[in-house]
Amino acid sequence: MLTKDIWTTKDYSRVPFALYHDQDVYTQEQERIFRGPVWLYVGLEAEIPKPGDFRTTWLGDTPVLFNRDMQGKVHAFVNRCVHRGANVRRESHGNATDHTCFYHRWCYDLEGKLIGVPFQRGVPGKGGGMSPDFKTKDHALRKIRVEMLNGIIFGTFAEEVEPLRDYLGATMLWHLERLTAKPIRIMGYQRQRIHGNWKLYAENVRDQYHGSLLHQFHRKFGISRVTHTGGASLDPRHRHNISWGKEGSDSTEQFSATYQQGKVEVKDFGLSDGQVLEYLPEFEDGISLAICSVFPNVTFQQIRNSLAARQIRTRGINDFELHWTLFGYDDDTAEMQNFRELQTNMVGPGGFISMEDGEAVEVAHRATRPDADCSAIVEMGGGGAIPEEVEHKISDIPVRGFWSYYAELMDIEPEGAIR
Amino acid sequence: MSTWEAINGLLTESVYRLDNNKLEDWAELFAEDGVYRVVPRENIEQGLTGVLIVCNNRNMIRDRVTALREACEFNIHWDRHVTGSPRIKPLGGNEYAVESSYSLYQTDPEGESRLYSVGCYRDKIVLDGEAAQFKERIVVVDTFAIPNLLATPI
Repeated sequence: MLTKDIWTTKDYSRVPFALYHDQDVYTQEQERIFRGPVWLYVGLEAEIPKPGDFRTTWLGDTPVLFNRDMQGKVHAFVNRCVHRGANVRRESHGNATDHTCFYHRWCYDLEGKLIGVPFQRGVPGKGGGMSPDFKTKDHALRKIRVEMLNGIIFGTFAEEVEPLRDYLGATMLWHLERLTAKPIRIMGYQRQRIHGNWKLYAENVRDQYHGSLLHQFHRKFGISRVTHTGGASLDPRHRHNISWGKEGSDSTEQFSATYQQGKVEVKDFGLSDGQVLEYLPEFEDGISLAICSVFPNVTFQQIRNSLAARQIRTRGINDFELHWTLFGYDDDTAEMQNFRELQTNMVGPGGFISMEDGEAVEVAHRATRPDADCSAIVEMGGGGAIPEEVEHKISDIPVRGFWSYYAELMDIEPEGAIR
Repeated sequence: MSTWEAINGLLTESVYRLDNNKLEDWAELFAEDGVYRVVPRENIEQGLTGVLIVCNNRNMIRDRVTALREACEFNIHWDRHVTGSPRIKPLGGNEYAVESSYSLYQTDPEGESRLYSVGCYRDKIVLDGEAAQFKERIVVVDTFAIPNLLATPI
Protein backbone atom coordinates (compact mmCIF):
# COMPACT_ATOMS: atom_id res chain seq x y z
CA MET A 1 0.00 0.00 0.00
CA LEU A 2 1.11 3.52 -0.81
CA THR A 3 1.99 5.53 2.33
CA LYS A 4 4.02 8.59 3.20
CA ASP A 5 6.75 6.26 4.49
CA ILE A 6 7.66 5.41 0.94
CA TRP A 7 10.13 8.31 0.78
CA THR A 8 13.65 7.89 2.15
CA THR A 9 14.31 11.65 2.03
CA LYS A 10 12.04 14.58 2.79
CA ASP A 11 13.14 16.76 -0.13
CA TYR A 12 12.28 14.29 -2.92
CA SER A 13 15.94 13.79 -3.74
CA ARG A 14 15.33 10.04 -3.77
CA VAL A 15 12.50 8.57 -5.85
CA PRO A 16 11.44 5.01 -4.95
CA PHE A 17 11.18 2.77 -8.00
CA ALA A 18 7.88 1.41 -6.67
CA LEU A 19 6.23 4.62 -7.85
CA TYR A 20 6.81 3.57 -11.46
CA HIS A 21 5.68 -0.02 -11.15
CA ASP A 22 2.84 -0.40 -8.65
CA GLN A 23 -0.64 -0.95 -10.07
CA ASP A 24 -2.32 0.58 -7.00
CA VAL A 25 -0.21 3.71 -7.43
CA TYR A 26 -1.32 3.94 -11.03
CA THR A 27 -4.99 3.49 -10.14
CA GLN A 28 -4.72 6.21 -7.51
CA GLU A 29 -2.99 8.54 -9.97
CA GLN A 30 -5.92 8.30 -12.34
CA GLU A 31 -8.25 9.39 -9.55
CA ARG A 32 -6.14 11.89 -7.64
CA ILE A 33 -4.04 13.39 -10.40
CA PHE A 34 -5.79 13.05 -13.74
CA ARG A 35 -9.20 13.55 -12.14
CA GLY A 36 -7.81 15.67 -9.34
CA PRO A 37 -7.67 19.45 -8.82
CA VAL A 38 -5.50 20.12 -11.87
CA TRP A 39 -5.91 21.65 -15.30
CA LEU A 40 -5.17 19.14 -18.05
CA TYR A 41 -4.10 20.05 -21.56
CA VAL A 42 -6.93 19.04 -23.90
CA GLY A 43 -5.85 20.49 -27.25
CA LEU A 44 -5.65 23.67 -29.29
CA GLU A 45 -8.59 25.72 -30.50
CA ALA A 46 -6.95 25.77 -33.94
CA GLU A 47 -7.67 22.03 -34.17
CA ILE A 48 -11.42 22.73 -34.12
CA PRO A 49 -11.66 26.09 -35.89
CA LYS A 50 -15.21 25.81 -37.30
CA PRO A 51 -18.59 25.29 -35.62
CA GLY A 52 -19.25 21.56 -35.46
CA ASP A 53 -15.57 20.61 -35.56
CA PHE A 54 -14.71 17.86 -33.10
CA ARG A 55 -11.72 15.84 -32.07
CA THR A 56 -11.12 12.88 -29.75
CA THR A 57 -8.29 12.57 -27.27
CA TRP A 58 -7.37 11.05 -23.90
CA LEU A 59 -7.00 12.65 -20.49
CA GLY A 60 -5.16 10.08 -18.43
CA ASP A 61 -7.01 6.84 -19.23
CA THR A 62 -10.29 8.62 -19.98
CA PRO A 63 -11.48 8.90 -23.60
CA VAL A 64 -12.42 12.49 -24.34
CA LEU A 65 -14.35 14.29 -27.06
CA PHE A 66 -14.07 18.03 -27.56
CA ASN A 67 -15.95 20.18 -30.02
CA ARG A 68 -17.02 23.67 -30.99
CA ASP A 69 -20.74 24.32 -30.87
CA MET A 70 -22.70 26.36 -33.41
CA GLN A 71 -22.17 29.51 -31.33
CA GLY A 72 -18.42 28.94 -31.42
CA LYS A 73 -18.07 27.80 -27.81
CA VAL A 74 -15.69 24.95 -26.96
CA HIS A 75 -16.93 21.98 -24.92
CA ALA A 76 -15.25 18.79 -23.74
CA PHE A 77 -16.88 15.56 -22.59
CA VAL A 78 -16.04 12.05 -21.59
CA ASN A 79 -16.34 10.23 -24.91
CA ARG A 80 -18.79 7.65 -23.62
CA CYS A 81 -22.47 7.16 -24.24
CA VAL A 82 -24.56 7.31 -21.04
CA HIS A 83 -26.56 4.33 -22.31
CA ARG A 84 -24.15 1.39 -22.51
CA GLY A 85 -20.78 3.03 -22.30
CA ALA A 86 -19.63 2.87 -25.92
CA ASN A 87 -17.56 5.70 -27.38
CA VAL A 88 -19.91 8.21 -28.99
CA ARG A 89 -17.12 9.13 -31.39
CA ARG A 90 -14.64 6.56 -32.66
CA GLU A 91 -12.96 8.68 -35.32
CA SER A 92 -10.10 11.04 -34.49
CA HIS A 93 -11.77 14.16 -35.84
CA GLY A 94 -14.59 15.50 -38.00
CA ASN A 95 -17.39 18.02 -38.32
CA ALA A 96 -20.97 17.34 -37.28
CA THR A 97 -24.12 18.94 -35.93
CA ASP A 98 -24.54 16.23 -33.29
CA HIS A 99 -22.92 13.07 -31.97
CA THR A 100 -24.75 9.79 -32.46
CA CYS A 101 -23.52 6.68 -30.70
CA PHE A 102 -23.17 3.85 -33.22
CA TYR A 103 -24.42 1.18 -30.81
CA HIS A 104 -28.08 2.18 -30.25
CA ARG A 105 -28.04 5.58 -31.99
CA TRP A 106 -28.45 7.67 -28.88
CA CYS A 107 -27.85 11.22 -29.97
CA TYR A 108 -26.23 14.21 -28.24
CA ASP A 109 -26.02 17.86 -29.20
CA LEU A 110 -22.74 19.77 -29.28
CA GLU A 111 -23.23 20.81 -25.65
CA GLY A 112 -23.35 17.13 -24.74
CA LYS A 113 -27.07 17.01 -23.95
CA LEU A 114 -28.94 13.82 -24.79
CA ILE A 115 -31.45 14.79 -27.48
CA GLY A 116 -32.54 11.54 -29.01
CA VAL A 117 -33.24 7.94 -28.00
CA PRO A 118 -34.57 5.74 -30.83
CA PHE A 119 -37.92 4.15 -29.99
CA GLN A 120 -38.00 5.89 -26.63
CA ARG A 121 -41.80 5.57 -26.64
CA GLY A 122 -41.72 2.12 -28.19
CA VAL A 123 -43.22 1.13 -31.51
CA PRO A 124 -46.87 2.00 -32.18
CA GLY A 125 -48.99 -1.10 -31.94
CA LYS A 126 -46.13 -3.21 -30.57
CA GLY A 127 -45.11 -1.53 -27.35
CA GLY A 128 -41.61 -1.46 -25.90
CA GLY A 129 -39.69 1.73 -25.19
CA MET A 130 -38.11 3.26 -22.11
CA SER A 131 -39.94 3.65 -18.80
CA PRO A 132 -42.27 6.66 -18.87
CA ASP A 133 -40.21 8.44 -16.20
CA PHE A 134 -37.03 8.35 -18.31
CA LYS A 135 -36.35 11.89 -19.49
CA THR A 136 -33.64 12.67 -22.01
CA LYS A 137 -33.11 16.05 -20.34
CA ASP A 138 -31.85 14.25 -17.22
CA HIS A 139 -28.94 12.80 -19.15
CA ALA A 140 -25.87 14.23 -20.85
CA LEU A 141 -22.33 13.28 -21.71
CA ARG A 142 -20.14 13.78 -18.67
CA LYS A 143 -18.85 17.30 -18.97
CA ILE A 144 -15.23 18.28 -18.54
CA ARG A 145 -15.00 21.92 -17.55
CA VAL A 146 -12.80 23.85 -19.97
CA GLU A 147 -10.94 27.14 -19.87
CA MET A 148 -9.01 28.74 -22.71
CA LEU A 149 -5.70 30.48 -22.65
CA ASN A 150 -5.00 32.19 -25.98
CA GLY A 151 -6.31 29.23 -27.92
CA ILE A 152 -4.94 26.52 -25.65
CA ILE A 153 -7.77 24.38 -24.24
CA PHE A 154 -7.37 23.18 -20.67
CA GLY A 155 -9.91 20.97 -18.94
CA THR A 156 -10.64 19.62 -15.49
CA PHE A 157 -12.76 16.89 -13.96
CA ALA A 158 -12.59 18.57 -10.55
CA GLU A 159 -15.49 20.48 -9.02
CA GLU A 160 -13.07 22.59 -7.07
CA VAL A 161 -9.85 23.81 -8.60
CA GLU A 162 -8.14 27.17 -8.65
CA PRO A 163 -8.76 29.30 -11.76
CA LEU A 164 -6.55 28.31 -14.71
CA ARG A 165 -4.44 31.46 -14.57
CA ASP A 166 -3.73 30.99 -10.87
CA TYR A 167 -2.96 27.33 -11.47
CA LEU A 168 -0.36 28.19 -14.11
CA GLY A 169 1.21 31.09 -12.18
CA ALA A 170 2.82 34.22 -13.57
CA THR A 171 5.89 32.64 -15.17
CA MET A 172 4.09 29.88 -17.11
CA LEU A 173 1.44 32.41 -18.12
CA TRP A 174 4.10 34.74 -19.44
CA HIS A 175 5.61 31.95 -21.50
CA LEU A 176 2.38 30.45 -22.81
CA GLU A 177 1.09 33.88 -23.79
CA ARG A 178 4.41 34.54 -25.51
CA LEU A 179 4.05 31.28 -27.43
CA THR A 180 0.43 31.94 -28.41
CA ALA A 181 0.56 35.67 -29.08
CA LYS A 182 -0.42 35.01 -32.71
CA PRO A 183 -3.11 32.73 -34.18
CA ILE A 184 -1.85 29.15 -34.43
CA ARG A 185 -1.59 27.03 -37.57
CA ILE A 186 -1.57 23.26 -37.03
CA MET A 187 1.21 21.53 -39.00
CA GLY A 188 0.43 17.98 -37.99
CA TYR A 189 0.89 15.25 -35.44
CA GLN A 190 3.55 12.84 -34.34
CA ARG A 191 2.96 10.01 -31.93
CA GLN A 192 5.27 7.80 -30.04
CA ARG A 193 4.30 4.81 -27.97
CA ILE A 194 6.79 4.58 -25.17
CA HIS A 195 6.90 1.40 -23.12
CA GLY A 196 7.59 2.91 -19.77
CA ASN A 197 5.83 4.67 -16.93
CA TRP A 198 4.54 8.13 -17.81
CA LYS A 199 6.30 9.76 -14.86
CA LEU A 200 9.71 8.85 -16.26
CA TYR A 201 8.89 11.19 -19.13
CA ALA A 202 7.45 13.88 -16.83
CA GLU A 203 10.84 13.75 -15.10
CA ASN A 204 12.78 13.75 -18.36
CA VAL A 205 11.33 17.08 -19.48
CA ARG A 206 12.12 18.61 -16.08
CA ASP A 207 15.73 17.45 -16.10
CA GLN A 208 18.01 19.93 -17.82
CA TYR A 209 21.09 18.03 -16.75
CA HIS A 210 20.54 15.35 -19.40
CA GLY A 211 20.03 17.86 -22.23
CA SER A 212 23.52 18.09 -23.63
CA LEU A 213 24.73 14.76 -22.22
CA LEU A 214 22.16 12.31 -23.58
CA HIS A 215 21.60 14.41 -26.71
CA GLN A 216 25.02 14.67 -28.26
CA PHE A 217 23.56 16.60 -31.17
CA HIS A 218 22.73 19.37 -28.68
CA ARG A 219 26.25 19.78 -27.42
CA LYS A 220 27.94 19.27 -30.78
CA PHE A 221 25.88 21.89 -32.60
CA GLY A 222 25.32 24.26 -29.71
CA ILE A 223 21.52 24.05 -29.55
CA SER A 224 21.69 23.48 -25.82
CA ARG A 225 24.86 23.50 -23.75
CA VAL A 226 25.53 23.87 -20.04
CA THR A 227 27.73 26.84 -20.94
CA HIS A 228 24.74 28.77 -22.30
CA THR A 229 22.95 31.43 -20.31
CA GLY A 230 19.88 29.59 -19.13
CA GLY A 231 18.18 27.86 -16.28
CA ALA A 232 14.80 26.93 -14.98
CA SER A 233 11.88 28.88 -13.59
CA LEU A 234 9.22 27.20 -11.50
CA ASP A 235 5.79 28.28 -10.31
CA PRO A 236 5.50 28.99 -6.56
CA ARG A 237 4.18 25.46 -5.96
CA HIS A 238 7.02 23.96 -8.09
CA ARG A 239 4.67 21.76 -10.11
CA HIS A 240 5.35 23.39 -13.48
CA ASN A 241 8.57 24.71 -14.94
CA ILE A 242 10.27 26.28 -17.89
CA SER A 243 13.73 25.15 -18.83
CA TRP A 244 15.27 27.74 -21.06
CA GLY A 245 18.48 28.72 -22.75
CA LYS A 246 20.02 31.27 -25.08
CA GLU A 247 22.11 30.00 -27.96
CA GLY A 248 25.39 31.66 -28.70
CA SER A 249 25.71 33.04 -25.18
CA ASP A 250 28.95 31.08 -24.64
CA SER A 251 32.23 31.12 -26.54
CA THR A 252 33.67 28.12 -28.40
CA GLU A 253 36.67 28.12 -26.05
CA GLN A 254 34.49 28.20 -22.96
CA PHE A 255 32.34 25.38 -24.36
CA SER A 256 35.30 23.16 -25.31
CA ALA A 257 37.15 23.70 -22.05
CA THR A 258 34.03 23.07 -19.94
CA TYR A 259 33.07 19.78 -21.57
CA GLN A 260 36.70 18.65 -21.63
CA GLN A 261 36.95 19.38 -17.93
CA GLY A 262 33.68 17.51 -17.38
CA LYS A 263 35.21 14.56 -19.30
CA VAL A 264 32.38 14.65 -21.82
CA GLU A 265 33.43 13.85 -25.35
CA VAL A 266 32.52 16.20 -28.16
CA LYS A 267 33.05 14.27 -31.36
CA ASP A 268 34.58 15.84 -34.40
CA PHE A 269 32.11 15.51 -37.22
CA GLY A 270 30.24 17.85 -39.52
CA LEU A 271 27.17 17.88 -41.70
CA SER A 272 27.29 17.99 -45.50
CA ASP A 273 24.18 20.08 -45.93
CA GLY A 274 23.54 21.71 -42.61
CA GLN A 275 20.15 23.29 -43.50
CA VAL A 276 18.73 21.54 -40.50
CA LEU A 277 20.93 23.71 -38.28
CA GLU A 278 19.66 27.01 -39.63
CA TYR A 279 16.87 28.94 -37.99
CA LEU A 280 15.26 32.34 -37.84
CA PRO A 281 15.28 33.96 -34.40
CA GLU A 282 11.63 34.87 -33.79
CA PHE A 283 11.34 35.97 -30.17
CA GLU A 284 12.74 39.32 -29.15
CA ASP A 285 13.85 38.07 -25.74
CA GLY A 286 16.58 35.96 -27.40
CA ILE A 287 15.37 32.72 -25.80
CA SER A 288 16.03 30.05 -28.43
CA LEU A 289 15.02 27.05 -26.39
CA ALA A 290 12.18 26.82 -23.91
CA ILE A 291 10.64 23.64 -22.59
CA CYS A 292 7.58 24.51 -20.53
CA SER A 293 6.02 21.63 -18.64
CA VAL A 294 2.60 22.09 -17.11
CA PHE A 295 1.60 19.52 -14.50
CA PRO A 296 0.54 16.84 -15.18
CA ASN A 297 0.15 16.08 -18.89
CA VAL A 298 1.76 18.57 -21.25
CA THR A 299 5.01 20.15 -22.33
CA PHE A 300 5.11 23.11 -24.69
CA GLN A 301 8.27 23.19 -26.68
CA GLN A 302 10.08 25.96 -28.48
CA ILE A 303 13.32 24.64 -29.89
CA ARG A 304 14.56 27.23 -32.34
CA ASN A 305 11.63 27.41 -34.84
CA SER A 306 10.15 24.08 -33.86
CA LEU A 307 6.99 24.58 -31.80
CA ALA A 308 4.95 21.74 -30.37
CA ALA A 309 2.66 20.62 -27.59
CA ARG A 310 3.67 17.22 -26.26
CA GLN A 311 0.82 15.54 -24.47
CA ILE A 312 1.23 12.53 -22.22
CA ARG A 313 -1.58 9.99 -22.64
CA THR A 314 -1.29 7.24 -20.05
CA ARG A 315 -1.89 3.65 -21.11
CA GLY A 316 -1.25 1.63 -17.95
CA ILE A 317 1.79 1.35 -15.71
CA ASN A 318 4.09 0.23 -18.51
CA ASP A 319 3.00 2.34 -21.44
CA PHE A 320 2.07 5.82 -22.55
CA GLU A 321 1.62 7.70 -25.77
CA LEU A 322 3.55 10.89 -26.29
CA HIS A 323 1.36 12.86 -28.66
CA TRP A 324 3.04 15.77 -30.46
CA THR A 325 1.03 18.57 -32.04
CA LEU A 326 3.37 20.51 -34.30
CA PHE A 327 2.36 24.07 -34.93
CA GLY A 328 3.37 27.40 -36.40
CA TYR A 329 1.48 30.65 -36.84
CA ASP A 330 -1.09 31.79 -39.38
CA ASP A 331 1.20 34.58 -40.52
CA ASP A 332 4.26 32.35 -41.12
CA THR A 333 6.04 33.30 -44.33
CA ALA A 334 6.96 30.55 -46.80
CA GLU A 335 10.51 30.86 -45.49
CA MET A 336 9.39 30.35 -41.89
CA GLN A 337 7.21 27.40 -42.86
CA ASN A 338 10.26 25.86 -44.49
CA PHE A 339 12.36 26.40 -41.35
CA ARG A 340 9.70 24.87 -39.15
CA GLU A 341 9.45 21.83 -41.42
CA LEU A 342 13.21 21.30 -41.63
CA GLN A 343 13.54 21.57 -37.87
CA THR A 344 10.95 18.85 -37.43
CA ASN A 345 14.03 16.67 -38.05
CA MET A 346 15.19 17.61 -34.57
CA VAL A 347 12.09 16.66 -32.59
CA GLY A 348 9.60 13.86 -32.10
CA PRO A 349 10.29 10.12 -32.28
CA GLY A 350 12.81 10.60 -35.09
CA GLY A 351 14.34 13.83 -33.82
CA PHE A 352 18.10 14.31 -33.59
CA ILE A 353 17.67 15.78 -30.12
CA SER A 354 14.72 13.79 -28.85
CA MET A 355 14.80 10.19 -30.05
CA GLU A 356 17.04 9.39 -27.09
CA ASP A 357 14.35 10.28 -24.56
CA GLY A 358 12.12 7.38 -25.59
CA GLU A 359 15.02 4.97 -25.22
CA ALA A 360 16.09 6.42 -21.85
CA VAL A 361 12.55 6.01 -20.49
CA GLU A 362 12.19 2.44 -21.77
CA VAL A 363 15.50 1.14 -20.44
CA ALA A 364 15.09 2.86 -17.06
CA HIS A 365 11.59 1.43 -16.80
CA ARG A 366 12.73 -2.13 -17.49
CA ALA A 367 15.79 -1.95 -15.28
CA THR A 368 13.99 -0.51 -12.23
CA ARG A 369 11.15 -3.04 -12.20
CA PRO A 370 12.73 -5.81 -10.10
CA ASP A 371 13.83 -3.54 -7.21
CA ALA A 372 10.81 -1.59 -6.05
CA ASP A 373 12.51 -0.63 -2.78
CA CYS A 374 15.54 1.02 -4.44
CA SER A 375 15.48 4.69 -5.36
CA ALA A 376 16.66 7.02 -8.09
CA ILE A 377 18.92 9.93 -7.17
CA VAL A 378 17.58 13.39 -7.95
CA GLU A 379 20.14 15.74 -6.51
CA MET A 380 21.79 17.64 -9.34
CA GLY A 381 21.71 21.29 -8.37
CA GLY A 382 21.53 20.31 -4.69
CA GLY A 383 18.83 19.11 -2.29
CA GLY A 384 16.83 20.94 0.34
CA ALA A 385 14.20 23.59 -0.24
CA ILE A 386 13.16 23.89 -3.90
CA PRO A 387 13.90 27.33 -5.36
CA GLU A 388 11.69 29.10 -7.90
CA GLU A 389 14.65 30.18 -10.00
CA VAL A 390 17.62 28.07 -11.04
CA GLU A 391 20.28 30.08 -12.79
CA HIS A 392 22.22 27.35 -14.52
CA LYS A 393 21.45 24.33 -16.67
CA ILE A 394 23.16 21.69 -14.57
CA SER A 395 20.16 20.76 -12.52
CA ASP A 396 17.22 18.44 -12.15
CA ILE A 397 15.63 20.59 -9.45
CA PRO A 398 12.25 20.81 -11.27
CA VAL A 399 12.03 17.00 -11.02
CA ARG A 400 11.86 17.39 -7.23
CA GLY A 401 9.19 20.03 -7.77
CA PHE A 402 7.13 17.54 -9.77
CA TRP A 403 7.37 14.94 -7.03
CA SER A 404 6.52 17.37 -4.27
CA TYR A 405 3.23 18.29 -5.92
CA TYR A 406 2.60 14.69 -6.93
CA ALA A 407 3.03 13.66 -3.28
CA GLU A 408 0.62 16.35 -2.14
CA LEU A 409 -2.10 15.24 -4.56
CA MET A 410 -1.52 11.57 -3.79
CA ASP A 411 -1.57 12.37 -0.05
CA ILE A 412 1.83 10.81 0.52
CA GLU A 413 3.88 13.83 1.55
CA PRO A 414 6.53 12.72 4.03
CA GLU A 415 6.36 14.09 7.59
CA GLY A 416 8.19 17.44 7.53
CA ALA A 417 8.34 17.50 3.74
CA ILE A 418 10.90 19.93 2.39
CA ARG A 419 9.59 21.65 -0.68
CA MET B 1 17.99 -4.91 -68.43
CA SER B 2 14.30 -4.15 -68.56
CA THR B 3 12.65 -1.22 -66.82
CA TRP B 4 10.97 -3.69 -64.48
CA GLU B 5 14.33 -5.23 -63.57
CA ALA B 6 15.97 -1.85 -63.02
CA ILE B 7 13.19 -0.61 -60.74
CA ASN B 8 12.98 -3.86 -58.81
CA GLY B 9 16.73 -3.88 -58.48
CA LEU B 10 16.68 -0.47 -56.81
CA LEU B 11 13.84 -1.43 -54.45
CA THR B 12 15.57 -4.66 -53.48
CA GLU B 13 18.92 -2.97 -53.01
CA SER B 14 17.45 -0.27 -50.79
CA VAL B 15 16.04 -2.69 -48.22
CA TYR B 16 19.11 -4.92 -48.48
CA ARG B 17 21.35 -2.00 -47.55
CA LEU B 18 19.09 -0.94 -44.66
CA ASP B 19 18.76 -4.46 -43.28
CA ASN B 20 22.52 -4.95 -43.43
CA ASN B 21 23.36 -1.66 -41.74
CA LYS B 22 24.93 -0.22 -44.87
CA LEU B 23 23.28 3.12 -44.26
CA GLU B 24 25.98 5.17 -45.98
CA ASP B 25 25.50 3.07 -49.13
CA TRP B 26 21.73 3.36 -48.83
CA ALA B 27 22.01 7.16 -49.02
CA GLU B 28 23.80 6.80 -52.37
CA LEU B 29 20.70 5.25 -53.95
CA PHE B 30 19.18 8.73 -54.03
CA ALA B 31 19.71 11.29 -56.78
CA GLU B 32 21.64 14.38 -55.76
CA ASP B 33 18.38 16.30 -55.39
CA GLY B 34 16.59 13.20 -54.10
CA VAL B 35 13.96 13.66 -51.42
CA TYR B 36 13.31 11.33 -48.47
CA ARG B 37 10.30 12.00 -46.29
CA VAL B 38 8.73 9.89 -43.58
CA VAL B 39 5.13 10.92 -43.02
CA PRO B 40 2.50 9.73 -40.53
CA ARG B 41 -0.51 8.47 -42.42
CA GLU B 42 -2.87 10.42 -40.17
CA ASN B 43 -1.38 13.72 -41.37
CA ILE B 44 -1.84 12.78 -45.01
CA GLU B 45 -5.44 11.72 -44.32
CA GLN B 46 -6.11 15.10 -42.70
CA GLY B 47 -4.33 17.15 -45.35
CA LEU B 48 -1.69 18.24 -42.83
CA THR B 49 1.90 18.82 -43.83
CA GLY B 50 3.62 17.55 -40.67
CA VAL B 51 6.33 14.94 -41.14
CA LEU B 52 8.56 12.74 -39.02
CA ILE B 53 11.69 13.09 -41.13
CA VAL B 54 12.39 15.34 -44.10
CA CYS B 55 15.52 15.35 -46.25
CA ASN B 56 15.35 17.55 -49.33
CA ASN B 57 18.54 16.34 -51.00
CA ARG B 58 21.11 13.55 -50.83
CA ASN B 59 23.41 15.49 -48.54
CA MET B 60 20.63 15.81 -45.98
CA ILE B 61 20.12 12.06 -46.21
CA ARG B 62 23.86 11.59 -45.63
CA ASP B 63 23.58 13.97 -42.66
CA ARG B 64 20.89 11.83 -41.08
CA VAL B 65 23.13 8.79 -41.37
CA THR B 66 26.05 10.77 -39.90
CA ALA B 67 23.89 11.89 -36.98
CA LEU B 68 22.85 8.29 -36.30
CA ARG B 69 26.45 7.12 -36.42
CA GLU B 70 28.03 9.95 -34.45
CA ALA B 71 25.47 11.61 -32.23
CA CYS B 72 22.22 9.78 -31.60
CA GLU B 73 21.49 7.09 -29.05
CA PHE B 74 18.72 4.65 -29.93
CA ASN B 75 17.44 1.16 -29.37
CA ILE B 76 19.97 -1.49 -30.32
CA HIS B 77 18.36 -3.65 -32.98
CA TRP B 78 18.47 -5.29 -36.38
CA ASP B 79 16.01 -4.28 -39.07
CA ARG B 80 14.21 -6.65 -41.43
CA HIS B 81 12.07 -5.27 -44.23
CA VAL B 82 9.51 -7.37 -46.05
CA THR B 83 8.23 -5.59 -49.14
CA GLY B 84 5.37 -6.17 -51.54
CA SER B 85 5.28 -6.14 -55.33
CA PRO B 86 5.53 -2.66 -56.78
CA ARG B 87 2.82 -0.90 -58.74
CA ILE B 88 4.66 0.93 -61.51
CA LYS B 89 3.28 3.85 -63.48
CA PRO B 90 5.32 5.64 -66.16
CA LEU B 91 5.39 9.40 -65.67
CA GLY B 92 6.91 10.17 -69.04
CA GLY B 93 10.56 10.46 -69.96
CA ASN B 94 12.66 8.24 -67.75
CA GLU B 95 10.57 8.74 -64.59
CA TYR B 96 8.30 6.25 -62.89
CA ALA B 97 5.89 6.48 -59.99
CA VAL B 98 6.29 3.32 -57.96
CA GLU B 99 4.29 2.26 -54.94
CA SER B 100 4.96 -0.74 -52.75
CA SER B 101 4.04 -1.92 -49.26
CA TYR B 102 6.51 -2.65 -46.50
CA SER B 103 6.56 -4.36 -43.15
CA LEU B 104 9.52 -3.64 -40.95
CA TYR B 105 10.41 -5.90 -38.06
CA GLN B 106 12.99 -5.06 -35.44
CA THR B 107 14.92 -7.66 -33.50
CA ASP B 108 16.47 -6.70 -30.17
CA PRO B 109 19.79 -7.96 -28.74
CA GLU B 110 17.95 -10.73 -26.89
CA GLY B 111 16.56 -12.11 -30.12
CA GLU B 112 12.99 -10.93 -29.77
CA SER B 113 11.44 -9.69 -33.00
CA ARG B 114 8.54 -7.28 -33.11
CA LEU B 115 6.57 -5.72 -35.89
CA TYR B 116 7.87 -2.16 -35.82
CA SER B 117 6.14 -0.51 -38.74
CA VAL B 118 3.90 -1.12 -41.71
CA GLY B 119 3.16 1.29 -44.50
CA CYS B 120 4.02 2.02 -48.07
CA TYR B 121 6.71 3.61 -50.17
CA ARG B 122 5.56 6.19 -52.68
CA ASP B 123 8.58 6.57 -54.91
CA LYS B 124 9.60 8.55 -57.91
CA ILE B 125 12.34 6.59 -59.60
CA VAL B 126 14.47 7.91 -62.40
CA LEU B 127 16.29 5.61 -64.83
CA ASP B 128 19.54 6.62 -66.44
CA GLY B 129 20.47 3.78 -68.76
CA GLU B 130 20.70 0.76 -66.46
CA ALA B 131 21.06 2.86 -63.30
CA ALA B 132 17.96 3.58 -61.25
CA GLN B 133 17.84 6.21 -58.49
CA PHE B 134 15.27 7.57 -56.09
CA LYS B 135 14.23 11.04 -57.03
CA GLU B 136 11.72 10.92 -54.22
CA ARG B 137 10.86 8.37 -51.57
CA ILE B 138 7.88 9.18 -49.39
CA VAL B 139 7.38 6.65 -46.63
CA VAL B 140 3.75 6.69 -45.55
CA VAL B 141 3.72 5.19 -42.08
CA ASP B 142 0.49 3.38 -41.20
CA THR B 143 1.97 2.62 -37.78
CA PHE B 144 2.04 6.29 -36.91
CA ALA B 145 2.04 5.53 -33.20
CA ILE B 146 5.79 4.95 -33.52
CA PRO B 147 6.99 2.27 -31.10
CA ASN B 148 9.58 3.98 -28.88
CA LEU B 149 11.50 5.97 -31.50
CA LEU B 150 12.45 6.23 -35.15
CA ALA B 151 16.20 6.10 -35.76
CA THR B 152 17.31 3.81 -38.57
CA PRO B 153 15.53 4.71 -41.82
CA ILE B 154 12.45 2.85 -42.98
